[in-house]
Amino acid sequence: MFDIFLDDAPALVVVLPLLISAIIAFMPSKIWPWIISIITLLLHLFLSLHLLKEISVSGLIIYEFGNWEPPWGISFKIDGVNIGLQLLFSIFVLVSTFYSRKIFLNEIDYRDSGKAYSLWLLAVGSLNGIILTNDIFNLFVFLEISALASISLIALGAGQNRKALLAAFNYLIIGAIGATFYVIGVGFAYAMTGTLNMNDLVIQLAQYSDGQLAIFAGMSFMLIGLMVKAAIFPVHIWLPPAYSYAPSAVSTLLAALATKTILYFFVRLLYEVFIIYPSYLSLFLDFVLYPLSLLAIFIGTVIAIYQDDIKKLLAFSSIAQIGYITLAFSLKDHSGVASGFVHIFNHALIKGGLFMAVGYFAILYKDRVTLNSLKGFGYKYPITSFALLICGLSLIGLPLTNGFISKLYLFQALYTNQMYLSIALVAVSSALAVVYFWKIVEQMWFSEIKFKSEKEDAYIYLPIWIVTISIIVFGIYSTPIIEFSNLSADYLISGYQN
Amino acid sequence: MSNSFLIILGIIIPLFAALFSYVCRYNNNLRDSFGIIGGLITFVISLKIFHGIQNNEVYQITFFTLFDGVDFAFKVSALGSIFSLVASSLWILASIYTIGYMRGAGEKNQTRFVIFYSIAIHAALAIAWSGNLLVLFIFYEILTFSTFPLVGHKQNAESQSAGRLYLSILVGTSLIFFLPAIFWIWLKTGTLDFQDGGILMNKFPAEYLSFLIAMLVFGIGKAAIMPIHRWLPAAMVAPTPVSALLHAVAVVKAGVFSFLVVVVYIVGPDFLLQTKSSDWLVWLACFTIMASSIIAITKDDLKARLAYSTISQLSYIILGAALASSLALKGASFHIITHALGKITLFFCAGAIYVTAHIKKVSDLKGMGYKLPLIFFAYTLGALSIIGVPPFIGSWSKFYLIMGSIEREFIIVAIILGISSLLNIYYLLQPVVIGFTQNSKKEIKLIKAPLTVWPPLITGLGCFVFFFYANYFLNNISGVIVN
Repeated sequence: MFDIFLDDAPALVVVLPLLISAIIAFMPSKIWPWIISIITLLLHLFLSLHLLKEISVSGLIIYEFGNWEPPWGISFKIDGVNIGLQLLFSIFVLVSTFYSRKIFLNEIDYRDSGKAYSLWLLAVGSLNGIILTNDIFNLFVFLEISALASISLIALGAGQNRKALLAAFNYLIIGAIGATFYVIGVGFAYAMTGTLNMNDLVIQLAQYSDGQLAIFAGMSFMLIGLMVKAAIFPVHIWLPPAYSYAPSAVSTLLAALATKTILYFFVRLLYEVFIIYPSYLSLFLDFVLYPLSLLAIFIGTVIAIYQDDIKKLLAFSSIAQIGYITLAFSLKDHSGVASGFVHIFNHALIKGGLFMAVGYFAILYKDRVTLNSLKGFGYKYPITSFALLICGLSLIGLPLTNGFISKLYLFQALYTNQMYLSIALVAVSSALAVVYFWKIVEQMWFSEIKFKSEKEDAYIYLPIWIVTISIIVFGIYSTPIIEFSNLSADYLISGYQN
Repeated sequence: MSNSFLIILGIIIPLFAALFSYVCRYNNNLRDSFGIIGGLITFVISLKIFHGIQNNEVYQITFFTLFDGVDFAFKVSALGSIFSLVASSLWILASIYTIGYMRGAGEKNQTRFVIFYSIAIHAALAIAWSGNLLVLFIFYEILTFSTFPLVGHKQNAESQSAGRLYLSILVGTSLIFFLPAIFWIWLKTGTLDFQDGGILMNKFPAEYLSFLIAMLVFGIGKAAIMPIHRWLPAAMVAPTPVSALLHAVAVVKAGVFSFLVVVVYIVGPDFLLQTKSSDWLVWLACFTIMASSIIAITKDDLKARLAYSTISQLSYIILGAALASSLALKGASFHIITHALGKITLFFCAGAIYVTAHIKKVSDLKGMGYKLPLIFFAYTLGALSIIGVPPFIGSWSKFYLIMGSIEREFIIVAIILGISSLLNIYYLLQPVVIGFTQNSKKEIKLIKAPLTVWPPLITGLGCFVFFFYANYFLNNISGVIVN
């Protein structure tokens, strides 16, 4: 009986959360929406594992909706590039949903619980759609759904701080501009080629092998639109307020996964489709993405140092970390793309863990967490604080944590491309990360105030520690992450070399 | 006991000492005793390993693979056996001293102090026995982070800013220079293991070697070569047991030890001698020796003076490593022992004077020599050893260093070493002279703290006694140099 469903697993991982989201939207209960979400996401994980099994056998799944053959119908594509991300997505969403319950109970009106989880599942389904879709217009649809869901989720933070509304509005406007850019680009591409399917697009674009201005314009529009959505410097301005005023559980989900999925699609578009114009691609990578990444790394880190609000600090650090990822992607070779994927995985865990811990502190402190308010937390809440410490050390990139593995492969990629200046910049910026992170540690453990330790909620610190332990485990045994990333790079770069 | 088990035991015992100290935090005597017990056990283990190395035994253990060609592994080298012996033996005395000092000075947060003290020793031992450069780096960082609470112990504005400076310089340099240098070595050779004769020969481009050496010597900020020395005087705000064991022995010695290890087991002295890529470092080390000696003269605060003296003495070791000839390396390795023994004596005395008479400044020491004869006696022994007067152990290492510089035909360096000794005489013996010649009119109330007096006496006498047993250590050191 299950087999019927399993055949449709690629569609179900997206459709199931969307469906359930509609069901629980008006559920007046405090706990049922959460329980149903957990069950849904367990099923989601099960389906993802099933996809992994299928991929390990066949290597490629093209799922055609309604049996309409591409390029006419919409299709999902699962291959080596996105299967690793799909798995990470599934697991992390489950963990953060587990974490979210107590947080939501504290931060939003319990009667809104149904709405919150409805939006939550909406975001999960649409973000998952971004990972799987093989259709550039379908991507736009998912981008919009995920943006609307996240904006509403961010606005839920208004119960805590009215600025959340402003942040959500900001995101709405800037996100809409980004999406418009993207869809204009799609329009250009469609006008020229008559297709929206990515595989077909590659074939159709080949007839304009000498290049056409309309196509380059369309490509540029699409890339800029995605850059806005992925918060690549300097079009990142929506991100820090959005992350910092959203309810804590929401910032965890967004920081860990939202930009990562878009970055994934970004790199897929670059190396799978735009690759047929190598001169355009290298122009974009060398003169746009590469310098912007360096700026993002440097400026993001420096701004983070001057932040007083911890969530904002983490958000600016995210800008810098996204810079690391795009820097790796701009390298045009296997090692670069692989190290970019390594950092997508690792940074999702690190930032997820950090936002989880800080989110819990926000609830304990019952106000925005600033540097000052963390005084003595190391003694007051030792379990969560210690997790935060480990996540932070990983953010700096010290050995035995997964952040170090990221740095190692990034250095290797930069070195093989002989970008010594970037190596120096990355090294300096990781040292500067010590500055902003240590400001937190200093307040938590070495301020004058002393507290007796208080009881912490196991429902909250267990998920935090699951993430923290995975950070250490992947720092010591990095093979799974490395293999998934190499697989992704294999698929993408094989196209480049042909 | 198997050899690999010994390593695990030696590394883990300080951690257990920390743990037990925490568990017994309500019983002061019990809590503080674990430092001594842990010190005794690790000392026995270090001694056994030291002898084992002399008999060509192999001590190694591999836990897991971190990435291609790099394991999380420990392997005791000849150099490491010396460093661990120094650190563990002095830990016993320092633990005794700590009890006297911390209680005498009425410091707060003693439990935290004892715990991080033990963790720092754990890191130092792990550095000594690390099997490759990455493991060394890991524990190098742990050592930095674990000493941060000790430096900022007083938790006032001064110690807080000192702690920040300490951390930012040490972690900053290690992340900006040391780690990229490690990556560079790994990318070129595919390994980071310590091997006799080095791993870089024929694999690393000789024209970039001086650049690599620069990244290493500035990246290993704990070696405190100028201009990366500011953290050491700043760290002197810590209670004296920290300055004594950590900032005269464990931390700074971990720094110069790391650099020596890199020269001996990674770069290889032969490669260095061939390419002469470290000759520029000889001059920088000489500059540091002279400059910090001159600064030391101007310092009236006894601990600050000793800190600058430490910077100058550390550069002796860097100098020996940079010369890279067999005699110089012998002198540099031996200087780890001799300077540790001498300098810990001086710091012990400085702390003892502070606890008993609340004096920090050299100029306030007038007439104190008659009141605190034992402390001044110990101080004099330590100072003479550091100056390099026979029959004190410090004369051996200086002798080898001078011989080494003559061997490499750096005559000026030999002269500088001589001048530096003269400066040493001035600024190290000045407190003694003031203490015994000038009389103070002030009445000073003395507090009895016998536990702070005996440790410096023991180490001071050690400086004298070990002069005659230098060969005992030199046997192991000769194993280091394969020229």
